[in-house]
Parts: sequence; C-alpha cells; structure tokens
Amino acid sequence: MDLLNINKLCTIAEDDHDKKILQGLDLVIKPGEIHVIMGPNGSGKSTLANTIFASPRYIVTGGSIKLCGEDITNLSTDQIAKKGVFMSFQTPEEIPGISLAQFLKTTKHSITGEKPNLYKFTTEVEKTMTELNMKYEYVNREFNVGFSGGEKKKNEILQMLLLNPKLAILDETDSGLDVDAIKIVSRGINMYKNDDNAVLIITHNTKILENLKVDRVHVLVDGKIVKSGDSSLAREIEDNGYSKYIK
Amino acid sequence: MQKTDINKYVDNEVRNIYDEAVINTTLDKKFGLTREIIEELSKEKEEPSWVLDIRLKALEQFYKMEDPDWGPDISYLNIDNIATYVKPVDNEVRRWEDVPEDIRSVFDKLGIPESEKKALAGSGAQFDSEIVYHNLTEDLKKQGVIYTSFDEGIRKYPELVKKYFTKAVPIYDHKYIALHYALFSGGSFVYIPKGAKLDRPLQSYFRLNAPGAGQFEHTLIIVDEGAELQFIEGCSAPGYNELNLHAGCVELFVEKNAYLRFSTIENWSKNMLNLNTKKCYVSEGGKIEWIMGSFGSKVSMLYPLSVLNGEGAKCDFLNISFAGKGQNLDTGIKVIHNAPRTSTVVNAKSISKDGGICTFRSNVHVKKKAKKAKLALSCESLMLDSISRSDTIPVNTIESDDVVFSHEAKIGKISEQAIYYLMTRGMSEEEAKSLIVRGFAEPIAKAFPVEYAVEMNRLIDLELEGTIG
Repeated sequence: MDLLNINKLCTIAEDDHDKKILQGLDLVIKPGEIHVIMGPNGSGKSTLANTIFASPRYIVTGGSIKLCGEDITNLSTDQIAKKGVFMSFQTPEEIPGISLAQFLKTTKHSITGEKPNLYKFTTEVEKTMTELNMKYEYVNREFNVGFSGGEKKKNEILQMLLLNPKLAILDETDSGLDVDAIKIVSRGINMYKNDDNAVLIITHNTKILENLKVDRVHVLVDGKIVKSGDSSLAREIEDNGYSKYIK
Repeated sequence: MQKTDINKYVDNEVRNIYDEAVINTTLDKKFGLTREIIEELSKEKEEPSWVLDIRLKALEQFYKMEDPDWGPDISYLNIDNIATYVKPVDNEVRRWEDVPEDIRSVFDKLGIPESEKKALAGSGAQFDSEIVYHNLTEDLKKQGVIYTSFDEGIRKYPELVKKYFTKAVPIYDHKYIALHYALFSGGSFVYIPKGAKLDRPLQSYFRLNAPGAGQFEHTLIIVDEGAELQFIEGCSAPGYNELNLHAGCVELFVEKNAYLRFSTIENWSKNMLNLNTKKCYVSEGGKIEWIMGSFGSKVSMLYPLSVLNGEGAKCDFLNISFAGKGQNLDTGIKVIHNAPRTSTVVNAKSISKDGGICTFRSNVHVKKKAKKAKLALSCESLMLDSISRSDTIPVNTIESDDVVFSHEAKIGKISEQAIYYLMTRGMSEEEAKSLIVRGFAEPIAKAFPVEYAVEMNRLIDLELEGTIG
C-alpha cells in the first residue's frame, strides 16, 4: 500500500481566494522511500507540506490526501499528527516559559495518547541529543528561545526521532545551516529511516542529499510536478537551474 | 451590569431580613447605610470607642466623596446591597447546594476536597478560621509572632494596632476606602518581631472566604527590623459572596532591613466589583515583594502603592492578570521613591480573551532626594483574539536628576503560527493555547509556592476551556 497518496490536489490561499497555489498535484510515496521536492521560489513547495498538515493558511479546493490508504484531507492538524505525520519547520517557533524537556514530554504524550515513562523517555532524550551533538543541558532551557538557527533545526530532528512518525516532511531543514550541521541532519534522517516509514525532503540544494539514499526527485513548478526522476535529477538541477522547466 | 444580575446572588432570605430592617429602623433610604447601622456593628464586635470613631468619620467621608472619574465604569454599584450585608449574614447557615452551579463546578475541577469546598463557599461552621489557625499560632508563638484575625488584634493588642492602623492607608484616600473603614470586618493582623525569620509562608486561605468576612477585610502586617515574612492571601478558588463589592484593605509596614513577600491569588466570582487598596511603607534597607495573580471579578481596580522611605529600600512587583468575557481588570502599581538608592523592579503581564479588558497603570514618583534611584518597568500583554483589549498607561514623575529608569511595554496577539506549530506536534488547539499561556505566565507562577503554581496552571486551563469553536 502507498504510504502517501496525493491525488490531483488543488489549493488556494486563505487570505486571497483568487490565488491558486497547488493546481492538480499528484504524488505517491511508498514505505521505505526518500523523496525530494525541488522547485523555484513560489512554486508551492512549502504549501504542499503545509496542506498535508491542514494549515489554516490554505484551503483545499480539490483532490485528496491519503495516508496508508486513509483519507486525511479533512482532518485537523493535530489529528493528522496523531496519524503519524511530522514536519520539520523552516522557521521553528519559540515557546517562552516552556522548557524543552516539558515540551518534549507534552508532544510525546499528545502523539501517543499516554504519558511517557519518565525514566525511559529521559534516557532516550539524552541519548538522541548526544547523537545530534546537542548539549543535554538544553532540556532545561526555554523551547527554542535564544537557540541559534542550527540548534533550532537540530531540535526539529530531535523531535522527529523521538516521535517516530510514519511520514517525516522536512521543509528546507538544511537552509541556513553550515556543512557540519547539514551532516548532523542527514545523520538524523538515516537514524530515523527504516523500511516502514518515509521521508519527504523539500530543499534548494543537494548538499543534504549527499549522504542519503534518495529514491525519487520531483520538480515542482506552478503548483504541479512537471518532472520526476532518480537522484541524478537533483544534480542536473543544481548544474542547470529550473529554466528548462518554466514555461 | 443590570441590577437584577447583581441580585441573582443575594440570598432571598437575606433580602427579607433587610426588608424587615428597613421597616424596623429609621434608615436613610437614599444610601441605605446609616450611622445607626455602623454603631450597631461596632457594638456587636465589642469594639473600643476609638475604633467606632474611625468608622463614623469614614462613613462621613464616604458620603462626601465622589466615584473616581477615570477607569472602568462602576456607576451601577448598588449601595443598598451593602447595607443588606452589614448585619444579617452572621446568622445565616448556607448550604453547599445553594452555591451557584458554576462556582461548584470550578471547585470540583480544582480538586478541592469536599470539606474545604464547604468552608470556601462560606458554610461549614466547623471550619471557622480561628480553629484552622490555632495550630499555626502554637508553632509560631515561641518566636513572638502574632497572627490573628484583625478583630481579635484590636481586642488583644490595641496599642500595637492603634500605632499602625490607618497609617498606611488613610480613611480619606478614596471613596471606597472610606466605605471600607466604615464597615471593615475580618482580615488578618500579623506582627513579626525583630529578627524573626519565618521558614514557611503564612496563608490567609480561609479567612477571606469565611461567611461575611470577605467583603471588607482589613489586613495589617508589621515586619519589624531584620525580620522576614512571606504572606499569601486569598486562594485560587473563587470566593462566593453575596455582595457584588469587595473593598478590602491591606496595610503593610516593612521596617529597617526587613523583608516581606506579599502574594495574592485572586479569583473572585465573576459578578464581583473588586476595589481593593494596598499600601506598603518600606524603611531603610527593607524590601517588599508583591506577587499578584488576578483571575476573577467583573471589574478590578487595584494599584498597590509602595513608599520607599529609607535609603536602599526595594520594591519588586510581579503581576499577572487574566481577563475573560465581560471582565475589566484595571490593575497597576504606584511607587514613591523617597530616599536615595531606592529601587523598583516591575514585571507585569496580562492575558485577555473573549473581549476581556486588561489595563496596566504604573504611577511612579521619584522625589528629589531619591538620588541614584533605579527603576525598571516591564509590561507584556497577550491577547488571545481580536476582540479583546489591552492597555498600558504609564505616568512617571521624576524630580531627581540622578536616576536610572527604563520602561518597556509589549502588546501582542497570540501567534496563530505558534498554535499551528504545536498542533503539528499533536496538541489540540485548546492545549496549544494553554501551553503558550502557561509559558507566558511562568515567570510569575514560579514565584508562588508549588501548590499555588499548580492551581494557577489549572485555572489557566479552566479559563481556556471551551473557548474553541
């Protein structure tokens, strides 16, 4: 069965109903696969990620999104998260007054529906943070407050590993990161990846793909996928840009 | 608010007794509050004549003075209901079942034990505050600490009370403090002798909620030289009161090098007009810390004043207000810097939702002799929707030219993007808002003892419950 099946998805912007963004987008991801979406600015990459998550900023006007055969198009954001979808944000939010530890416990509780075993969970958090080169003392700091850009992105990967979703969407997780941080992010993806789950990476550059086994690369232009191929397509785009695909 | 709404909470029986009183005495019908009623009240309390003199002088002031011409509208206040209160309530035995449903359900959600609920609701005579406090008193007696009801304070320690009573808050301060001095009843009297340091906070948890004692309670606290005290008044459960007016008064004296932390969690029922007056005099090297959480009442007007009277005296002020539908919480702080090297730190936060209004006023006066005074004020407001309102109104009078002063105000709406982010982490919209609000309140919540902080978080959840869809 397809892990993700998007069929003829169309969206408009919530604040401007005349603005069509996704215009009949199709995408199928099978368990165990890593897919990459590339495309020029404004082509609808982030909209796709946020539409999967039922962001209030977009309205679905047609088509459907299925996760493991179940239609999730009309579910609320939190319900979709509970079904096993995760997204790493381009600009993760700061939550003043809430510690990282408290945040992680709360989200784990929300996703699984049960309170995590404190000792087991703490051990897991510490181990995962070490693997991501994060200082464990950060658990006592306010969530993302005063974190550098790199630390915020690592924090997203940390949550992905702790929540262990079926589908992880990484929305430009690599942007603004230095070479070492990008390596850590790819390491995190490889730690997470198995035969049953899948990753959808939205990116502008191929650095993050170097250490990953990418199955499919898609080019998104004007709200539609205009070209799909294997990992060599990413390299071709890096060399030649998108001009060939823009009408 | 309509008069009928106010009367909704007034026990029928009480009103009947009042009607009889109207017939039996020569009441001034225009105000419903007379010299005779005050005299009777004082007589029942077996007060010395100097106390009655204060009451009568205050009554005279009350009639002379006008309502404030600024702040929330309180013109609907029905003085007749105050007269209703004065006498008959003493004989009332109220049943738990008579407590309005909304208040009962809040008690239930807060997880307050049945017996305490009854005491809080103003019934259950066995939970009389004197009994509750007896044990505490035993423990502290050795140190010479006095902690008693204000009425008993007058009886047992007249000299001490006389020395300080009305000295921080004079009877002519404003119209409703005059009313307070005419009718005061209940409250606490605390004296901490020189050098005594209390290792745990004193709490007036029950006293404010005992029947009839909540409306005009007078609290007088003296922390003598080098002594330390933490005092917590009120509770996070809503007070159930027959009257719609609360005009309490708090007088605090922090002597040389003494320390007082005065914390309040206030969650009056939502029909309450809360016109509380609090003042503190701080001597050389002393420190007052105000910690306030305001959740309840329909209208609050509350601006604690600190007078920093001695060199190096300090004032720390932490406040959080949460105004929901129909609530207008007008709070703030007043500080007078009257000596060199005095300092003030203010950290005020407010949350408003469903059209609630939060206003924070700061009135700072740095006198000429307050050389090298330091003041840092910060106000932050969070609005949960676009129909709610938040204002910050600073008034600063600085006569000294050697002062470090900063004022920072931040007003913002709750971030939709942050709510969405948390929802992608599996939290419902309600849970997401609650987490953000808790985080916002955290700097103040952590200043309370843990059980109060927990209740404060529960209150935030309760306030947010059912606000979605």
